[in-house]
Amino acid sequence: MTSVEQPADVRLESVVKRFDDVVAVDGISVEIPRGSFFALLGPSGCGKTTTLRMIGGFEEPTEGRIFLGDRDVVGLPPYKRDVNTVFQSYALFPHMTIEENVAFGLERRGVPKGERHGRVAEMLELVGLGGFGKRKPRQLSGGQQQRVALARALVNQPRVLLLDEPLGALDLKLRKQMQLELKRIQHEVGLTFVHVTHDQEEAMTMADRIAVMNRGRIEQLGPPQELYERPATAFVAGFLGVSNLLPGTVEGPDAIRLESGELVRADVGGRTGRVAAGVRPEKITLGPGGGENELTGTVSESAYIGVATQIVVRTPAGVVQVFAQNVGTGGHMPTPGTAVTLTWAPEATFVVDRNGASAGDDSEEEDT
Amino acid sequence: MGSFLHRHRGVAPYLLLAPGLAWLTLFFLLPLAFLGYQSLQSGSFPNYAFTWEFSNYAKAFTDFRPQLMRSLTYAGLATALALLLAYPLVYWIAFRAGRWKNLFLLFIVAPFFVTYLIRTLAWLNILADEGPVVGVLRDVGLLADDGRLLATSIAVVAGITYNFFALMALPIYVSLEQIDHRLLEAAKDLYASPTQAFLRVTLPLSAPGIVAGTLLTFIPAAGDFINAQLLGTPQQYMLGNVIQSRFLELIDYPTAAALSFVLMATILVALLAYARVVGSEKLTG
Repeated sequence: MTSVEQPADVRLESVVKRFDDVVAVDGISVEIPRGSFFALLGPSGCGKTTTLRMIGGFEEPTEGRIFLGDRDVVGLPPYKRDVNTVFQSYALFPHMTIEENVAFGLERRGVPKGERHGRVAEMLELVGLGGFGKRKPRQLSGGQQQRVALARALVNQPRVLLLDEPLGALDLKLRKQMQLELKRIQHEVGLTFVHVTHDQEEAMTMADRIAVMNRGRIEQLGPPQELYERPATAFVAGFLGVSNLLPGTVEGPDAIRLESGELVRADVGGRTGRVAAGVRPEKITLGPGGGENELTGTVSESAYIGVATQIVVRTPAGVVQVFAQNVGTGGHMPTPGTAVTLTWAPEATFVVDRNGASAGDDSEEEDT
Repeated sequence: MGSFLHRHRGVAPYLLLAPGLAWLTLFFLLPLAFLGYQSLQSGSFPNYAFTWEFSNYAKAFTDFRPQLMRSLTYAGLATALALLLAYPLVYWIAFRAGRWKNLFLLFIVAPFFVTYLIRTLAWLNILADEGPVVGVLRDVGLLADDGRLLATSIAVVAGITYNFFALMALPIYVSLEQIDHRLLEAAKDLYASPTQAFLRVTLPLSAPGIVAGTLLTFIPAAGDFINAQLLGTPQQYMLGNVIQSRFLELIDYPTAAALSFVLMATILVALLAYARVVGSEKLTG
């Protein structure tokens, strides 16, 4: 799966992109290993699409270098780069048939007609559109057009496939289906995929490695589990899933004194001073037995959401969200006003610095 | 009225159609029928008689063939010239002019604020023997020292090109303006150089505009007589000039009517041939 040992297919070195005085990408360095499914994840305006467009050649970096394999491609126009893009809007050529759309890149590269035909048919089969070749794009549904866009890019067997929010225009059910299908296709063709999305669930479903971006920088880079279990910043903790962040101060290598006075056990990872102790809502147990860390409080709200019960608890350290899995039948719901004790394990506790912005107060920035 | 329409829903489309149909019948079909009737008359003014005089048509074809051919040639040349001049210009406006787009479009339309006749008279001055254009052309040797532009085919074709330029430019502009720029990015992403992207994506997508502009230019140009009259001599007269003089000066209604039908039929044939070449799909949008 994650083939970190493989040589990098895409390498960005201190890449900066400024539009007039707006800094869209602020010094990004990243290596994307061959054959990996890599996601650039972040809110709108974080610079993820600009980064993708720089790899594709549609924007040139203001500073820094971009390598495809060993070749520095800065200054090279898109049509001379061995990458293909699946555009957010699909950008299918309306005056051409599906076949002609998919054959476009092969034709430009001078692949002979006979071979072209075979490869186009094969690719349409792979994306489940065999027999649709003679139709025009407008005769296809959104999901089918999306597959054509994918086939049109994949058929060229580029070094890297760039996906710019390719599922954004699809409805939820179709999106879930295409997520798994994209993953399947990536396994089948074994190409490097670089995928831009603002949907954390989508990124976690598909990607081997995720770079979480915020304000033109990479906040954290790693496999999905690592980002979820060990977020390095408050932003990552808030952007991927729900987090409870409890402000406090480091008291030792494995202890944080919360502002409300309780001691929480956690590996502080060398941090000192003002930090926040974080814990995911599903790692907290109501009542004893959850682990060493403990908080008491009163239930202020509870909601039954099927697979779990969502409980909001007021504690001296702050408001804490708890997801209690509905494992048994007819599970009891704690009523508002009930006093409860929350417990969780030190291993389930992560520590982030308290200076950075959290995803919660992320205001809508202009989309770059 | 409201409840009437409610009860007779099927009537509404015909009611909407009625004013236009009435207009067309009164001011197009009836005059056309009358023209056809006139074209088969014989005799001399004012004593014409309807005699199924088909020889009027034979005469129209034989006696005025040079003028008919000239109408088609001049209109064809002017259409081609207008296309070659308009396409790069509106391409630049649509893709490169940014916020100045509307200003440049205004420049294209601005001459239309002046009447047709005045515009053509202005060209009389521009192309005059002692005018700036002839002066420059004589200086650089493209024109002999006693060479002139006025009273030549060049002047007439130039005049027609100028007068119908906006009718060519605007439809092409509209079709270029509608092209999604991301399609061009996609073409470049798929290894097309800028030239290939233009030939494979931009040009085909602007074809409806080219077809519309061509028709809007060619049809009135083929029937034009003002340019030949003001900028040319009888050596440059087109069929329109003949029709005009037969109707208004020689009072030879049957020949004039027959010539009108000949011109209409010729244009129709030219259009059908054009449609076969470009495909009827593009002709009807």
